[in-house]
Amino acid sequence: MQELFNIFVRSIFVDNMVFAYFLGMCSYLAVSKTVNTSVGLGLAVVFVLGITVPVDYLLNEYILKAGALAWLDEGFADVDLSFLSFILFIAIIASMVQLVEMVVEKFSPSLYSSLGIFLPLIAVNCAILGGSLFMQEREYQSVAQATSFGIGSGLGWFLAIVGIAAIREKIRYSNVPRPLRGLGITFIITGLMGIAFMSFLGIKL
Amino acid sequence: MSTDKQEREPLFSAKNRKLLTNPLNIDNPITVQVLGICSALAVTAKIKPAFVMALSVMIVTAFSNFVISLMRNGIPPRIRIIVQLVVIASLVIVVDQVLKAFVYDVSKQLSVFVGLIITNCILMGRLEAFAMVNKPWPSILDGIGNGLGYGIILIILGFVRELFGSGTIWGFHVIPEAFYDFGYKNNGFMILPPMALIIVGIIIWIQRSRNPELIEN
Repeated sequence: MQELFNIFVRSIFVDNMVFAYFLGMCSYLAVSKTVNTSVGLGLAVVFVLGITVPVDYLLNEYILKAGALAWLDEGFADVDLSFLSFILFIAIIASMVQLVEMVVEKFSPSLYSSLGIFLPLIAVNCAILGGSLFMQEREYQSVAQATSFGIGSGLGWFLAIVGIAAIREKIRYSNVPRPLRGLGITFIITGLMGIAFMSFLGIKL
Repeated sequence: MSTDKQEREPLFSAKNRKLLTNPLNIDNPITVQVLGICSALAVTAKIKPAFVMALSVMIVTAFSNFVISLMRNGIPPRIRIIVQLVVIASLVIVVDQVLKAFVYDVSKQLSVFVGLIITNCILMGRLEAFAMVNKPWPSILDGIGNGLGYGIILIILGFVRELFGSGTIWGFHVIPEAFYDFGYKNNGFMILPPMALIIVGIIIWIQRSRNPELIEN
């Protein structure tokens, strides 16, 4: 239990998707103009990461890893399919996003119309594929650990995008040098937020 | 569309040359189109991984643009994203296997970021905006041009961060020992992730003050 909590906290603060690995920057920069839309996109990312990471974990554990097919037959024990992981992970992600889109459309039309264009965009958000690839690289021990990593890194991304959106709403009233306006100042603020998040590096978990 | 006229067009006409050179400056994928930032920042602490990454992305953009442009009339619009992802993912698998075979240490340093070329927004962006509506040859040029524009920013970042962060370029010491004897220290801060963002911010600042038409309001 403590292990799960550690992974959860680590993935939110210490290994933050945006500030430590720069994942999901494209939508982070494009959608962070207002707080409302960024809350919606952030929640969708938490949800999708919470589903795809454990699913990809099972896929990796029982099909792709070296020797993972041993449950099928003794003869498959030395088969290593890990070179297929990119294409299978992205297929799982794209179909999961499609599924989530259909479920949301059926049960909550109001949420669907407010998320609208952002939902399909999540399929090509690097934070999602990055989550699965990091899960594979760090070799988590169980589905529970993979799930807590997925939800944790989703929440980290959520925090980052809501934070920058709030700052960008305020900075509109400031006198930024003209060539820096818009994109430039957003990069620099993200850098400063990243420096602030680095203070979490000292936490021993 | 006067197709006859286009076929007689020379391979490197002025229009085609623009496809190659525009992304280097006024239409740069990173600083102007805001595409493909994710991987640009994480791999640039040293110049060598930055160079390998830039080369891989350039190869994948050129070939995926070419393949999608060949198939553009046969792809049903409803499933085009999944078709594009399959083409990109297969190319990235090839690149990943080649890197693992020939430059294993760099491939370890790049870790998940080779796989993340798949979701690099430059690829989807250029496929959607260019390769779906243009002929194969201009599409290849557009792919190479955007790969180069991405590469240039990566190499500038890698150069600045490695020079000031570790005092080396491509692993060779360039800052003389005498400097260190006088008390010069490497700025370890340059190696850390947030500095990459701040340097990109500064590059954007310089670029936009030289090209005022790019300034946002």
